[in-house]
Amino acid sequence: MGAKLFGASVRRKEDPRFLRGEGRYVDDIKLPGMLHAAFVRSPHGHARILSVNTDAARRMSGVAHAFAFADLERWMKPLPLFGSIPPGLAARVDVTMKQVPQLAMARDRVFFVGEIVAMVLATSRAQAEDACEAIEVAYEPLAAVVDMVAAAEPGSPVLHAEWGDNVAIHFATGFGDTEVAFRGADVTVRERFHTQRYVGMPIETRGVAAQWDARDGTLTTWNGTQVVHFVQQGLVAALGLPPHKIRVIAPDVGGGFGTKATGYPEDLLIPAAAIASRRPVKWVEDRREHMMAAAHARHQIHDIEIAARRDGTMLAVRDRIWVDLGAYNSWGIVLPYNTVAHLLGPHRVPSLSVECRGVVTNKTPNAPYRGAGRPEAVFAMDRIVDCLARELRMDPAELRRRNYLSEADMPYELGIPYRDGNPLVYDSGDFRAALDSALSTIGYDALRREQAELRARGIHRGIGISGYVEGTAIGPYEGAVVRLDASGRAVVATGACCQGQGHETSFAQIAADALGIPLDWVTVIGGDTAAIPFGVGTFASRSAVNAGSSIHVAAGKVRDKIAEAAAALLEAAPADIEVSDGTVSVRGAPASSVPLARVIQSALPTFAKPGLVSPDFEATVYHHQPTVTYTSAVHVALVEVDPGTGSVRLLRYLVSHDCGKVINPVIVEGQIHGGVAQGIGGALLEEMVYDEQGQLLTGTFMDYLVPTAMELPPIETVHLEYPSPRNPLGVKGIGEGGAISPPAAIANAVEDALAPWHARVTRTPLGPSVVLDLIRRATRS
Amino acid sequence: MRRAVRVTVNGALHARDAEVRSTLADFLREDLDLTGTHVGCEHGVCGACTVLLDGEPVRACLVLAVQVDGREVTTIEGIAPGEGLHPVQEAFWAKHGLQCGYCTPGIIVSACAFLAEHPAPTHEEIREMLAGHLCRCTGYHFIVEAIAEAARNMAARKA
Amino acid sequence: MKPPPFEYVAASSAADAVEALRRHGDEAKVLAGGQSLIPMLALRLARPVALVDINGCGDLEGMAESRGVLTVNALARQRGLERWARERAPLLAEALRWVAHPPIRNRGTVVGNIVHADPASELPALLLCLDGEVVARRRGGERVIAADQLYVAPLTTSLESDELATAVRFTLPPEGAGWGFAEVTRRHGDFALVGCAAVLALDGADVVTHARLGFFGVGGTPVRSGPGESALLGQKATPARIGEAAKAAAAALRPDGDLHATAEYRSTVAATLAERVLAAALGRCGKAA
Repeated sequence: MGAKLFGASVRRKEDPRFLRGEGRYVDDIKLPGMLHAAFVRSPHGHARILSVNTDAARRMSGVAHAFAFADLERWMKPLPLFGSIPPGLAARVDVTMKQVPQLAMARDRVFFVGEIVAMVLATSRAQAEDACEAIEVAYEPLAAVVDMVAAAEPGSPVLHAEWGDNVAIHFATGFGDTEVAFRGADVTVRERFHTQRYVGMPIETRGVAAQWDARDGTLTTWNGTQVVHFVQQGLVAALGLPPHKIRVIAPDVGGGFGTKATGYPEDLLIPAAAIASRRPVKWVEDRREHMMAAAHARHQIHDIEIAARRDGTMLAVRDRIWVDLGAYNSWGIVLPYNTVAHLLGPHRVPSLSVECRGVVTNKTPNAPYRGAGRPEAVFAMDRIVDCLARELRMDPAELRRRNYLSEADMPYELGIPYRDGNPLVYDSGDFRAALDSALSTIGYDALRREQAELRARGIHRGIGISGYVEGTAIGPYEGAVVRLDASGRAVVATGACCQGQGHETSFAQIAADALGIPLDWVTVIGGDTAAIPFGVGTFASRSAVNAGSSIHVAAGKVRDKIAEAAAALLEAAPADIEVSDGTVSVRGAPASSVPLARVIQSALPTFAKPGLVSPDFEATVYHHQPTVTYTSAVHVALVEVDPGTGSVRLLRYLVSHDCGKVINPVIVEGQIHGGVAQGIGGALLEEMVYDEQGQLLTGTFMDYLVPTAMELPPIETVHLEYPSPRNPLGVKGIGEGGAISPPAAIANAVEDALAPWHARVTRTPLGPSVVLDLIRRATRS
Repeated sequence: MRRAVRVTVNGALHARDAEVRSTLADFLREDLDLTGTHVGCEHGVCGACTVLLDGEPVRACLVLAVQVDGREVTTIEGIAPGEGLHPVQEAFWAKHGLQCGYCTPGIIVSACAFLAEHPAPTHEEIREMLAGHLCRCTGYHFIVEAIAEAARNMAARKA
Repeated sequence: MKPPPFEYVAASSAADAVEALRRHGDEAKVLAGGQSLIPMLALRLARPVALVDINGCGDLEGMAESRGVLTVNALARQRGLERWARERAPLLAEALRWVAHPPIRNRGTVVGNIVHADPASELPALLLCLDGEVVARRRGGERVIAADQLYVAPLTTSLESDELATAVRFTLPPEGAGWGFAEVTRRHGDFALVGCAAVLALDGADVVTHARLGFFGVGGTPVRSGPGESALLGQKATPARIGEAAKAAAAALRPDGDLHATAEYRSTVAATLAERVLAAALGRCGKAA
């Protein structure tokens, strides 16, 4: 069995339709008699709902229905919650956690600007919006809570009365003795770092279409989601239908990044509306809605200290963390614990003590977004490491070199569990090698010399380094059904959904190799609950490992069945059967070769006799992935700062990374580029801003600044390969990594550029006004 | 309020009554079933809806349908010659210049017009043109290479 | 984000448009390029009863230069001026390069941008620096509004609701004048955090005979800096004088703070940009365009 496609940068099978504009996204779906939905959303950050009057709206032109909570009450079950604490984790870490369920439509209170209060169905979206304006909602505004630190203090107004406070999660954990370490250290440095609220912002907004077939009691819903089976489970609970009566399809999806991997009210409201109105219903989110209603992310404060010896050996890290979760705690342990688990990264640190609080505020609820807590952790750690380097008057590269783990240390057990409750053990990688290769490829020493020369001429460049270790491919499983048709073509169905990652190609590469058929004989179907009954979805950089492994094993089983059938047909032993490019032969006897279709045909019974074997050329495998596998990377950024305007220009950006074995190298590079671009956006441009009343001030693309091609340099990548020992393919996840280090690397670079002013960078984004302010304050003091 | 519109799209004449407040983007997608033009923001920033109006790139979300009466519009569906792919589309395919595909039609349409005016662009010039298009998936790196490749291929074909 | 309902009027001439505006009082809006208006309709920030589309008015097309004055009519697109200006008015060409992106400039009109009066826009500041004026027509006749009488407040000009801006005039810089232009944006094509334009002309003894210094993104309207200009007029333009002029100009500004920059940032950087822009203008004096 050849592995000739695995590792090849084959061009993508899905591209022709996208290039021609023939993709089918949710908004491209048209159903006969379809109504368009629009929502009335809370204009207040925190308020009581006194009354909702839809009378005027119902009478307007084109309006079919106007629904308030009472009209849809029979379906208003609490939305699904995520992030329950696995037993293995609960046994080791004492977590206090509160979650309050969100209703799909607010009934008594609203907790963030954008929360849904009412809904209109009309012949056109424009008419639905007109009618929404005619719905009268009486609110009693309440005091809004927006500062996460203040919100955690006693005396703050409380969002969810039953909690008594706003602390949704609280835990402390660690290992080793940080008290002793700090007391005995030569040097300690402490600082408070702030990662702003920023988001995935895919170019396609969310969308849901639904069709209810009253005749056979089935619901079909198209949803631009990353998690079709989760959406299905939510609908099962709310609609009271069995799973096979609910089909959730993710069509072509225009980017996800985690923003589309969480549960939303609209997932339920649109199907409910289709059932209530007995007509197909479609809702496509507009950008203004997206800014206020699609999941927010990031937004953490770290009060972090590090203890070290004079020679730079790190002894201990202490970190007090606040996470601003937005109005509900939908994701439980995930974001706070991810942050903690990824704090130390590639550094050898013998003792750790962390305390973490997840706090609710009157903002759009958070959900994991590309990196999911890791960027914030890495920002705090890489920043404090650079502060330590400055304190020690040591080159930040050298300080890292002295403390980074290497291959000789693997497997390396951290003293705390991973968020799945299993021991946190780095399984593979060489972080010091990544550091060395990053620095040598970018020409670090030459850049330092150049920096000194240019500084003398009034040109201020800075170099910043950041390294991460990432637990990827969280399980617990994903599945694949591999099935041949009469011609020998294969259909691969999996629970992994695609939003641009190239699954139709990379998964086909795996299957084609395992089966021995050409690449274009394989069709991959993801994102359809009717194609496979159980699934988890695409997020957490998990699909190559989880779906890939299940596809590989399932395709292997089908190949075994081909071998059995061919052995019967060709009168040879199964072990002597070769399948290559869709033809089947006996090893060493090329004249024996027959098309695969012939082998399949031979298994079909005729009137004369039964088939040679059963025509069962199909296999289903659910790959069990108990815990994650670790990727790593070092990023280096070169910036130039204009001290007259505070503008930061990013001159070079380099990534040296390991993601194990690689199915399709160019797809992997594309993932890194995209992640880095989003990270750079977080470092320099992007922020969701609220005022003290919980009003969202960044409402359009004029204020939320997504980087363009002019803000990004070419992204240089160096590939290292340390195969994963934790799955049959040796692969690791790569979807998120690029987004983890840029804020840290760029913040370090800017502080380095501003060294003559002794400025200290403590927050992102580093817009010109912020940078100039750093220079001004440093100049004054 | 509706108003008659006669517009040539990708070489075919269409006569419709358009809602006056309908944008060209919505008109193309809903009335003419040309869903290749994508809507990303409806305020002219993301560029996903870019089409050619009498050969020049414009935001279809910032033109009213009734304003294209008597004009010629080219959308992504009209870029490829017949069954094949335009050299720009070929180059995007070869260079992995797309991931989710949502911003792609607008960029390809823009790039075709851009290359007609700048047949031998530098990477800097390409990036300046691309600044009018937001992509969240690719980081633009391979898009720049695709457009540069398309320019080389188109020049070679002329030579 | 669909616009609210409105009545649509396709005007066939300037007179036709003016009549439609008069008919609707202050409930009508002119649709020219639409690049500023249509987003406002989509966000429902503007709710005109009627939209008067002037794109069919043949008598509002074109632009022409005569005796050092460039007249740009209401339907002339930003891109058209950008192309024309490359040879004849490089300051305008450079400023236009910073206005959004080509697809916006293909539709957006010069006059439309100027009367939209966004305080962070480039062209209004250039109107001030180039002694510009707007020709406004209403049913009774026509009047000319000088640039320094045009801008009242953010997004507000002295045009009456029944007036149609039919043209804009720029006085091109004198022979041998130098120009400078700079703005700070967070991304290419964004509205400026702060921006500056300058025109300088010298006599044979290197004494400044003509000085124009304008700012945008520095408050509710664009600003032409009297203090900055008078610090240079009649003087030899040395680096020190340029520095003082820049400081004086910035000190007279009263910028606002917002999401993207503090007021202090805008003041500080206005001075920095003014210095750079004046130096650039000086460097271009006497040289070919």
